[in-house]
Amino acid sequence: MLREIRPAIVLLLALTAITGLAYPLAMTGIAGALFPVQAQGSLIEKDGKVIGSALIGQEFKDDKYFHGRPSATLAPDPNDSTKTVPAPYNAANSGGSNLGPTSKALADRLKEDVDKLRSENPNATVPVDLVTTSASGLDPNISPEAAQFQVPRVAKARNLPEDQVKQLVTASTEGRLLGLLGEPRVNVLALNLALDRMAAK
Amino acid sequence: MTVIGWLQIILYCAIVVALTKPLGWYMTRVFNGERTFLSPVLRPIEAGIYWISGVDEKREQHWLTYTVAMLLFHVGGFLIIYGLMRLQAVLPFNPAGQSAVAEDLSFNTAISFITNTNWQNYGGESTLSYLTQMVGLTHQNFLSAATGIVLAVALIRGFARASMRTVGNFWVDVTRCTLYILLPICVVFTLFLVWQGMPQTLGDYVEATTLEGAKQTIAVGPVASQVAIKMLGTNGGGFFNANAAHPFENPTALSNFVQMLSIFALGAALTNVFGRMVGNQRQGWAILAVMGVLFIAGVAVAYWAEAQGTSTLHALGLTGGNMEGKEVRFGIVASSLFAVITTAASCGAVNAMHDSFTALGGMIPLINIELGEIIVGGVGAGMYGMLLFVILAIFVAGLMVGRTPEYVGKKIEAREVKMAMLAILILPLMILGWSAVAVVLPTGVASMANAGPHGFSEVLYAYSSQTGNNGSAFAGLTGNTPFYNLTGASAMFVGRFLMIVPAMAIAGSLAEKKSIPPSMGTFPTTGGLFVGLVVGVILIMGGLTFFPALALGPIVEQLAMNAGNVF
Repeated sequence: MLREIRPAIVLLLALTAITGLAYPLAMTGIAGALFPVQAQGSLIEKDGKVIGSALIGQEFKDDKYFHGRPSATLAPDPNDSTKTVPAPYNAANSGGSNLGPTSKALADRLKEDVDKLRSENPNATVPVDLVTTSASGLDPNISPEAAQFQVPRVAKARNLPEDQVKQLVTASTEGRLLGLLGEPRVNVLALNLALDRMAAK
Repeated sequence: MTVIGWLQIILYCAIVVALTKPLGWYMTRVFNGERTFLSPVLRPIEAGIYWISGVDEKREQHWLTYTVAMLLFHVGGFLIIYGLMRLQAVLPFNPAGQSAVAEDLSFNTAISFITNTNWQNYGGESTLSYLTQMVGLTHQNFLSAATGIVLAVALIRGFARASMRTVGNFWVDVTRCTLYILLPICVVFTLFLVWQGMPQTLGDYVEATTLEGAKQTIAVGPVASQVAIKMLGTNGGGFFNANAAHPFENPTALSNFVQMLSIFALGAALTNVFGRMVGNQRQGWAILAVMGVLFIAGVAVAYWAEAQGTSTLHALGLTGGNMEGKEVRFGIVASSLFAVITTAASCGAVNAMHDSFTALGGMIPLINIELGEIIVGGVGAGMYGMLLFVILAIFVAGLMVGRTPEYVGKKIEAREVKMAMLAILILPLMILGWSAVAVVLPTGVASMANAGPHGFSEVLYAYSSQTGNNGSAFAGLTGNTPFYNLTGASAMFVGRFLMIVPAMAIAGSLAEKKSIPPSMGTFPTTGGLFVGLVVGVILIMGGLTFFPALALGPIVEQLAMNAGNVF
């Protein structure tokens, strides 16, 4: 048994050096050279400043922008570090609401959000993804229905014809991969950037 | 449920089955010490490792020595992770300035990673430095996965060998598994994941100014290299708190699909390794069939339940299934499928929040874990777990016809059955025992995030997941308390090692036995009857043990939900 002690130390250190240092560092170098944009986090710049990542959702509250899904992410309370406060789309602390199917807190929150959306657009059915929080709190996407639902509000706030905004949503909708994998979706940040560009013309 | 949804599920199963044979062929060559196409590159590194660590690769070990070597290896792994977490504030690669991690959380996390659990009482991006993530966690992702695989191989050798006192050399097996199987796949897999959008950088967290002018700090890091082994090694510990739901940890539908494949790939291939080593590949396919039956049943229930939605959603006229805690790019089907896969294997990565699943949809992951994660299972752990159930099933069949049971040419006698029972009884002891303690102590109850039966489900899930070395959670439970950190660590430790030691004892005892040729009276173990018998034994064992606890959690919650109750 004693002769197993040396490999337990040396072999462990050798494999740690290979898998814990050489491998991730080599991959960082190779990936950075092959896919520089993705390796840095798919960042989007506007006028030389980083405005976000194409993959990470951000909070939109203004009527003239399409809104993403509700986000349950938290941040430490500035007044008491043992507590947390809601901080939607906090990309340094991902997470979901973790409210279960029989949660009263969830039922109350859903009711409030559904009522608000119904008053905004009484003619359409409220899409479920627009009132439920995502798993990461950073979902960059909404369903095509959720985007179409917001067209009247956005068009009104921007004084644009609804048809034009609607077309933009359709053009921004991504389908399933090979018609099979994933779900149809709209990237909210990309859509809003396209909207800004259209409005600027 | 939709046709497209089921097509995704069928495509997934088809690819897993298609990968089983070629991967099994390759893995068998690696563990038989034969040359592979990677030998010209890797053989010098392998020989160098043996030379500096004084390993004689020709010398094989008795099962007890093999097990002790494995345990020593883990003591070292524990010390590395614990040390890094406590000292990370003063070590390099810490651009976000993370401070030292508390003792109880470091202890829990170190146990969690050496046992292949990867339970997360920490939030990766808010707690750990890049150095801890790489040297502490990435390396242990490799080594705990390699350990699981080589233990399964040692047990398989026990079945395959006759009249031998040894089961292989732990150091050689673990080195070859890491170098020839895990690393090469991970290199390719990492690049694929970065191409799909996963970050791989040592740079600072990004400060962005959003379109509406708010500040957003975006956590990045060497994500892809860790995620590759996290999935392939069925570890499951996320780089980020939200794990595979985080857009950086699972950017696209394709990255999600390939990650799901990588969870099952090696575990399924081990059934083929088993078949090849015992000299009849149909023995391997029969075991994969047992796994397949249980898997499809679980997927069907979970997918149906999530597509149904909840009565809260129905009351508000919301259709389209239960999207609370799910991502739009995955939707209902890929989230339900992922949840079943990750708990069938002992992976524990999540791409949706299990805590927000419907009662029945969340019960399937719970059952998968409580059955011992033998549906493909953790790399290696699933295979040796399943072989324990096979031994029991064969024993039951032997009792029915009054013959000494035998399996792939080995007589199954009192010693093997006792050891198998011992290993299997560890699960309920830890899961039900600690859950019972937690729900009577105020400190245990205070951590529940949901009221009513769902709160109990959170606790039951926590101990099931940790005992089964899964690592997924009903994450509302506040697990980062001294009580949960310490009791959870004990569940993970016992759940891993007290299952391994009896399994290795069986390996040693089987290897010493003579091999007997099949006769007229031998129960055939490659047909439908055998598959049905093993499925039956698994469900009866699991049902009898865990049904009462499930009745108090998800089952009563489903009934309450149907009655329109909220808590």
